[in-house]
Amino acid sequence: MSTPTTAGPASPVSAAAAAPADHPRPTGGLRAAIASGRFVVTAELGPPRDASPDTITRKAGFLRGWVDAANVTDCQGAKVKLSSMAGSVLARAAGVEPVMQLTCRDRNRIGLQSDLLGAAALGIPNVLLLTGDHPRYGDHPEAKPVFDLDGVQLTWTARTLREGTLISGERLEHPPGWLIGTVENPYAPPTQFRARRLAKKVAAGAEFVQTQYVFDVERFAAWMAEVRTLGITQRCAVIAGVGPIRSLRVLEMLSTGVPGIYVPDEVGRRLRGVPADKVEAEGISLCVETIQQVAEIPGVRGVHVMAFGFERGVPDIVERAGVGPRALARVQGVTGHAD
Amino acid sequence: MSDSPAAGPWPTRPHLSARSAYALHALVAPRKPYRWLAARLEQHPLLRRWFTAGERITKQEIFGCQMCGQCALPATGYACPMTCPKQLRNGPCGGVSATGQCEVHPEMRCVWVIAFERAERAGHGADLDLLQRPVDHRETGRSSWVNYWLGRDEDLWAAATPSDPAPLLPRPAGARR
Repeated sequence: MSTPTTAGPASPVSAAAAAPADHPRPTGGLRAAIASGRFVVTAELGPPRDASPDTITRKAGFLRGWVDAANVTDCQGAKVKLSSMAGSVLARAAGVEPVMQLTCRDRNRIGLQSDLLGAAALGIPNVLLLTGDHPRYGDHPEAKPVFDLDGVQLTWTARTLREGTLISGERLEHPPGWLIGTVENPYAPPTQFRARRLAKKVAAGAEFVQTQYVFDVERFAAWMAEVRTLGITQRCAVIAGVGPIRSLRVLEMLSTGVPGIYVPDEVGRRLRGVPADKVEAEGISLCVETIQQVAEIPGVRGVHVMAFGFERGVPDIVERAGVGPRALARVQGVTGHAD
Repeated sequence: MSDSPAAGPWPTRPHLSARSAYALHALVAPRKPYRWLAARLEQHPLLRRWFTAGERITKQEIFGCQMCGQCALPATGYACPMTCPKQLRNGPCGGVSATGQCEVHPEMRCVWVIAFERAERAGHGADLDLLQRPVDHRETGRSSWVNYWLGRDEDLWAAATPSDPAPLLPRPAGARR
């Protein structure tokens, strides 16, 4: 498959070049991994609800070397956390290349552009732009929802910045160079519009996309067929979202309580069909199998492992699935890596 | 939790079929008398206020209009995207439930699901592929009919072609004030 057009007109901010010399070097970088055409692995790295850098450093320690990059979430679920920009800098210092998430929920177009420029100046090599959860179900439901831009417009804004202007039209002497990412949910109605919505984001500037959790591989494969038909896979790397369901309580929550997540009945049957002390292992095996199945779908360029509060489990999952930088190193007989 | 339409935008199913809306639109498309009327209204603040009030009442009743002053209805199957709690102009968010309900107001149908169904059924599905520019908040509360007739709405959206849309820059029309 041809490599997507990852290199923008502006020269990319090189992860290695911008990192202070005494910091561990991130493994290769997401842009290079995508450009090389190999199967990439990203993970989720949720910042804590406090002012300590230690949580990010500790979680990054689990992921270092096992993933190409990790998403640092932006107050996920509309709950206050340490900022994604600060979290990205901390992740990088701990040797994990960050993907800084940025939502439209809390900032207007002035704040969004400002943070995007700041991220580039700090050497954050990837941004992931999304609409964001509504504050109503977060920890400050009384907050003003901003949504001055939507996720598509924010992606368009990012491309405009990278091409050297603000959306006011004013020129930037030093345009940012990050890789532009976005998200899509193949399962949410109107399902016939979801691939087309992604096509809009790709036209607006998205170079990679991470999807919502894939639990129903068959439906995901059907969506991928539409994505290929629209020519998206030539211009944007599609990274399938996966994650382990580690308990029946989480299964119940994902099946009923989380907007936009769809768990097919077979998954529930399989997890309920094992003894209580084996549910976690079964959920992890299911995740490993899902990774292997989506990797077979034409146009899928990687997986995004979302294991909230279970970052320590990510190495085991990607190792068993045989994907990610370490698996590649093993195949090539290369031993050197970040740690 | 008490819910009322006053607590922010509220997904609204239009009280007018898509077919009638498309037909009605043809009647109000810009032409000389409308341009003349719009120009007069611009010059007479009191008349404009009355006219805008009439537009507000009508469109609120039919579409749940939020008076953004830059009407997207012709490109959204005449379901108003400003009634989405996130006021998304480019399609639904990822939180729509399996049955098509709004993530923020689960008792309501997602307005973008409504828009998709209406536009597709009326043969206008391709409208949803247009890239909608950000809202110009200076227009809030103003008459979108006057803006439409005076040609200020001409650049509200752009085609999302494989050869890329142009960078997102100020709308020439919207930047006039």
